[in-house]
Order: sequence, then structure tokens, then C-alpha cells
Amino acid sequence: MRRGFLLMMILAACNPEPSRFGFGRAATVREIDSLNISITPDGKGLPVGSGNAALGQVLYTSKCAACHGATGTEVSNNRLVAVFGDTVKAKTIGNYWPYATTVFDYIRRAMPYNSPGSLTNEEVYSLTAFLLWRNGIIDSTKEINAHNLAAVVMPAKTLYINDDRRGGDEIR
Amino acid sequence: MSNKIPRRTWLKAAAVTAVASLVGNTRAEPQDPTKTQGASPGKLGSRSPFEQPEKKPSDISSRTPLQDLYGTITPSDLHFERSHAGVPVIDPEKYELLIHGMVERPMIFRLKDLKRFPAFSRIAFIECSGNFRTGKTTMTPQEICGLTSQSEWTGVMLSTLFREVGVSPKASWFLAEGSDAAVMTRSIPVSKGLEDGMIAYAQNGEAIRPQQGYPARLFLPGWEGNTNVKWIRRIELSDQPFMTREETSKYTETVKDGKIRQFSFDMDARSVITYPSYPQQVEKGWIEIRGIAWSGRGKIDSVEVSTDAGKNWTKAILQEPVLDKAHTYFRHLWRWDGQTTEIMSRAIDDTGYRQPTLQQLINARGTDMGGYHVNPVTAWVLQQDGTVLFKPEKWK
Repeated sequence: MRRGFLLMMILAACNPEPSRFGFGRAATVREIDSLNISITPDGKGLPVGSGNAALGQVLYTSKCAACHGATGTEVSNNRLVAVFGDTVKAKTIGNYWPYATTVFDYIRRAMPYNSPGSLTNEEVYSLTAFLLWRNGIIDSTKEINAHNLAAVVMPAKTLYINDDRRGGDEIR
Repeated sequence: MSNKIPRRTWLKAAAVTAVASLVGNTRAEPQDPTKTQGASPGKLGSRSPFEQPEKKPSDISSRTPLQDLYGTITPSDLHFERSHAGVPVIDPEKYELLIHGMVERPMIFRLKDLKRFPAFSRIAFIECSGNFRTGKTTMTPQEICGLTSQSEWTGVMLSTLFREVGVSPKASWFLAEGSDAAVMTRSIPVSKGLEDGMIAYAQNGEAIRPQQGYPARLFLPGWEGNTNVKWIRRIELSDQPFMTREETSKYTETVKDGKIRQFSFDMDARSVITYPSYPQQVEKGWIEIRGIAWSGRGKIDSVEVSTDAGKNWTKAILQEPVLDKAHTYFRHLWRWDGQTTEIMSRAIDDTGYRQPTLQQLINARGTDMGGYHVNPVTAWVLQQDGTVLFKPEKWK
């Protein structure tokens, strides 16, 4: 009896959480689809559509050049264009970005700055193609779409290493 | 005439006048407070008009005035800010957090649902990983490293939410997505979420401030500020990182041989003397050197202070409580002889890591090292006239 009471006290003190509380509600497929815009570097999540550099150039001039410069090289803070091996200090898509899918993902999420989320998927593909072409990564005529964007090899990818700091008696 | 007075000066003067007028006096100088009734109790407290600590904003961030603070808690309205598309306005009644991907049960939690789960609180810092500025002697701690702040955060542990949705044992990463205009995203290892990650909805006893992520944010103790995604709306479990812009083209740093270091999550140990510092003025005699030390890897083990430009070091007193991944107050009594000298501090954490000099960082990472995770020893020069100046070192 006394031992049972003690056991109860110990269990109460531990205050274990239930495996589920039952708070919140199930998300429907429609709800998930309406929010889920993420893209993985293997291309999963890329939407239907395609674009090319020629169309992208027109869009770039009207929607991007005000901040990023007429050719993507003029503004040091927002510079987008410098081919791999270029000695410019700016970190650009050509000399720094490791995955082409990130270009599409970021433009679709956050650009243009004065009207984020306003571009169609086709427009984002074209801008992506334009920027990849300007950075010397793809041919000017290449049609970019959900099936081939992830296969574009970004030259800076080979430079990336994982964090090697571990604390302890070593400065890294 | 009056429109030539700088706005801030005018505001300060107006605040002092306001106090005077509260006690029925139109002069700028307050009257003897023992001779008239004071102000009535109010609905909200306020700072004394004689105290005017302010954040220092730029276009993209705003810095905590470390030199004006005491102890370790940052007043919520002085917590640093960094955002990528401004501060959104989110209706708490409409707020929802979706958790999906590699889970058994994709679920949506309203704010009131999150608040029903066990409420966990901890005191810890958040520091932006781009938290080092240098270049001139007239720089305050706020300007050098004011992108660190500390609060008591309250919320629901991610481990609780992960159990609620049934995270797959194969899930190794999750995407955290904000509902700001950048829909900002970071990929986080599931292991960190399970270790001590939380969804925080309160800060220092009240709802999180909009600038800190109202109504809910991700909080990852000890990890670089950017991973603590504010205004969080979606968590997607995955078996790989998403390689978003903020973990590739930003928040990565160049190190030796042209390599780029990625997923540098932990904030290394650091300290800064906040008194005396620029623009304070000191006098010969006893000075209590004070400051904060912190480590994203654990507890501060000790802080060493030098008052002779780094020749000799003495252990400072650590003010209790010394908390895990938290700003820790340190104090060191010192008698200044009035001669020009340099004072500095270095933190040692419980992994044995010792805060490096800028030169040690350059030696380790190369002269082209990037601007993230730069945590050097900060030196102040005390001049004979009692002025205190920052000692900038050559970097780039």
C-alpha cells in the first residue's frame, strides 16, 4: 500500500507526457498543397512550366534591373552576375551558388522586392534561365523546366564543405 | 528656429519637460519630488525620461545597446532585430502552423493549440552570426557586436510537436518557413529539433514582440540567429536539406583554400566588456570591469580579463546564474592608476574553447575569411583623460 503510494508519487513527479495530446487538427492535402512551395536540390517540388533566357531578359529589364543593374553586374551589394573564377569580391550565382534549384526557389519566394510572389512559374523559369546564362552556366537557347533544372551543374558546388568547428581547444 | 533642433534632441528635451509638467511645473528642471504628489498609477509602466537606451537601426537590422544594459536580460523593446523583408503583421486568430512531409499525421496548429501543450521556458541568447563590425576607435559595443540579445523564451518543445505528428524515423532534416514577404526558409537537422528546439510564443513574460516573430517563432538555443525562423508558418520533414538561399548564398563563410563552410550552426564562445567601453568616461581609482560572455555550445566556464594589453590575465567573477547557451554577466574589480592601458576579456566555455583574437581567426580561416562567425577578443583603450576607445584591428 505504502509502496504503491510512493510509486504514484514518483510517477506524478516525473509528469510524463502522453504519446499524443490530440491538440490541433489534421491538415488536408489541399491545405498542404496551397502552402508547400519548397524545392529540394534534386528538383522535387519544381512546378510544371518552362522558360528561356530570351524571355527572361525582357522580364529582368522591367522587374529586376532597377535594383540589380542593367546586366546584373553594376550593383556591388545586389550583384548577381560574375562567372566562376572571376576575381570580383561579390558572391554571385556564378561564383558562389551551389544549386540551380535555389535560384528558382528564391526568386519565386521573395522577388521582385517591391512585389514578392507576383511572378508566374513560367516567368520564374525564364528569369532563372536568364541568370544562369548570364553567369556562363547554360547556353542562351536552353529551355529550362522542372525536369532539367536540377541537373544544371553549378561550378561553385565543389567548394562547399560542412561545418568543421567542434568547440574544444581548436580555432577553426 | 525650432525646426533646426535635431529631432532626437528635441524629443529628449520634450520628455524631460513632460516630467516637469506632470508635477505642475513648466520649467525644464524637475522640482523637489518630496514637496508635490507624484504621477498616479498607470496601465503601462514606462522608462524614466532620464534613461534613453535605443536600438541602432540600419536598413536590415537594429542593434541592442549593450553598453547601456545591466545583467543579462535584454528588455524586449531593445532586443536586436534582423529581417529579410521587414516585420509582417500577423493576426493571432488567423495564425496557423503546418507540420507535414515525412510524418504520420500532417497537422495544423493554431496559436491557441500551441499554447495548450506543456509550456517550457528557458533563458538563452540569440545572436546573429554576422555580428562583428570594426574600423574606427569611436565604436560602441552596440556597433561592434550589438546583434546579440537575451530573453526568457516560452513555448512548446519541438520534440512534443514531433511526437504529436509522428515524425518518421527516416526524417533527418526539416524546413522552417516564415510568413514574412521573403517567406524565409532554413533547413535544420531533426536532431537539433529533438534536442532543445522549441516553438516560442512568449518573450520575457509576454507575447513575443512582432520584431521577434509574433505570434510564434522557431527557437534553437545557441544556433545562429537566422536559423531561429520568425513568424513561422510551416515545418516540412525531409530526408535532405533544401539548400535554400539563406543556407547557400548567405550564412556560409569562405575559409582557407577558397572553400565555403556551410551549416555553421553553433555560435562560438565570445565575450565583450560593456563597462568601461566607448563612449563612457572613467576616473582613476577603483573600476569594476563588467561585461557579458556567452557560448552556443554550452555554459561559460570562465572569463579572463587583462588590464595590460593581454600580457597578464585574471579570472573574472561570474555572476550566478551561469546558464547553458546564455549571456553570463562577469565582473572584475580593478584599480586603475590613470595611465593609458588596454583592457580586454576572453571567454572560455565548457568544451574548453577559448575565445580567439582576430589574428587567430585569420590564421585559421585565411585572409579572405567571410564575415560570419567572427568572435574576436575586443580591446578597449583607456586614455589618461578617462576617455575609452575601441581598438580596431586590421582585417580587410
